[in-house]
Amino acid sequence: MDWNVIAQYLPLYKKAAWLTLRLGLAGIVIAIVVGLVCALVQYYKVPVLRRIVGAYIELSRNTPLLVQLFFIYYGLPKIGIKTNAEICGIAGLAFLGGSYMAEAFRSGLESIEPIQTESAMSLGMDHAQTMRYIILPQAMSISVPAFVANVIFLLKETSVFSAISLMDLMFTAKDLIGLYYKTTECLFLLVVFYLLILLPVSLLGSWLERRLRYAGFGA
Amino acid sequence: MPDLGLNVLFKGKNAARLLGGLWVALRISLISVVISIPLGILLGVLMSGKNPIVKAILWVYLEIIRIMPQMVLLFLVFFGTTRAWGWDLSGETASIIVFVLWGTAEMSDLVRGALISIPKHQYESSEALGLTKGQTYLYIIIPQTVRRLIPLSINLITRMIKTTSLVLMIGVVEVLKVAQQIIEANRMSSPNAAFGIYLVVFLLYFLACWPISLLASYLEKK
Repeated sequence: MDWNVIAQYLPLYKKAAWLTLRLGLAGIVIAIVVGLVCALVQYYKVPVLRRIVGAYIELSRNTPLLVQLFFIYYGLPKIGIKTNAEICGIAGLAFLGGSYMAEAFRSGLESIEPIQTESAMSLGMDHAQTMRYIILPQAMSISVPAFVANVIFLLKETSVFSAISLMDLMFTAKDLIGLYYKTTECLFLLVVFYLLILLPVSLLGSWLERRLRYAGFGA
Repeated sequence: MPDLGLNVLFKGKNAARLLGGLWVALRISLISVVISIPLGILLGVLMSGKNPIVKAILWVYLEIIRIMPQMVLLFLVFFGTTRAWGWDLSGETASIIVFVLWGTAEMSDLVRGALISIPKHQYESSEALGLTKGQTYLYIIIPQTVRRLIPLSINLITRMIKTTSLVLMIGVVEVLKVAQQIIEANRMSSPNAAFGIYLVVFLLYFLACWPISLLASYLEKK
């Protein structure tokens, strides 16, 4: 292990880690919104939309992100949809993550028993209020473990971005190995940087899981 | 209607080559699954056992494998171990090693989860009925665990298939690589082939995973 080499490469990895984090975060936030909308569409059984959402979820869950990205990045420009690599990366992550988030939220929503809605109605709440004050808080609490698992899963999936020539951690490592053959140092930095990103998220996630475990537990 | 490059698929042996590439990816995932499931069951049983040292070691293994992106694991084995130990490893062997390590970790966690989800009173009731330890496992615990495990392990197969798409990045010629080659070869005659061919690859993966997912959710409801 050559520490001079590591010191020399450090700035490159830092830059790459920011890219990974930035794109990952953007993709995850959009995925959460998409997931929430899809889950609500399925929960309220909105006629036509429900079918579309169902098809989207099946398509997105049963294909790998790498293939989705190839289609978005290399395929779509051929029919005139041109964007840059960063937007493609975010779009791909959101497309994949949306369905995973939808499943997490949906299982939370479905686990709330009808008696909760009925009680809220008999207290004089309208639909929006029932959703806002009764259903969502409990459903969210139940979805948290699946939600946290999805966030970590999606952050890990960003490693695929290197395939569409985004300069993320994977790309930087592969590039440097190819250029200078400092394999050990490059891989060491790669592991360290992924740990720096993923460990705090994972710890924060398990803290959040403990903190938000209030609905339906101990009942 | 613009040319979407689907005609390229019917030139020469392109369709067959694409399917051959898919088979390479599927073969890697099937071999890995077949090895991971028994290993995972073994580790899962050990993890829900009582030996603290064994448990600690397995816990470290599980956490290390699960926190790293699979792509990093592939790089570590394909570039890292070959460099460090000087052995010669084909991309396919490296990916099978990685997916077995990963699959075993995931499977052992599923087994452990299924085992601890069996309530304690099941053990106590069967003891009260005079069953021996062996009988308790054979007639009470294992049937219930297996019923919970089957849909989860089938899901693991689809996850494995999806993850094998990554082997492209360590130079294994699988379906995406074949697709790239076909698109390159027809760059002049059919410049839009990227759309059609990648769409076909997308659908091929879907057709490979969807029936398995349906089976898993059917078994889950049952």
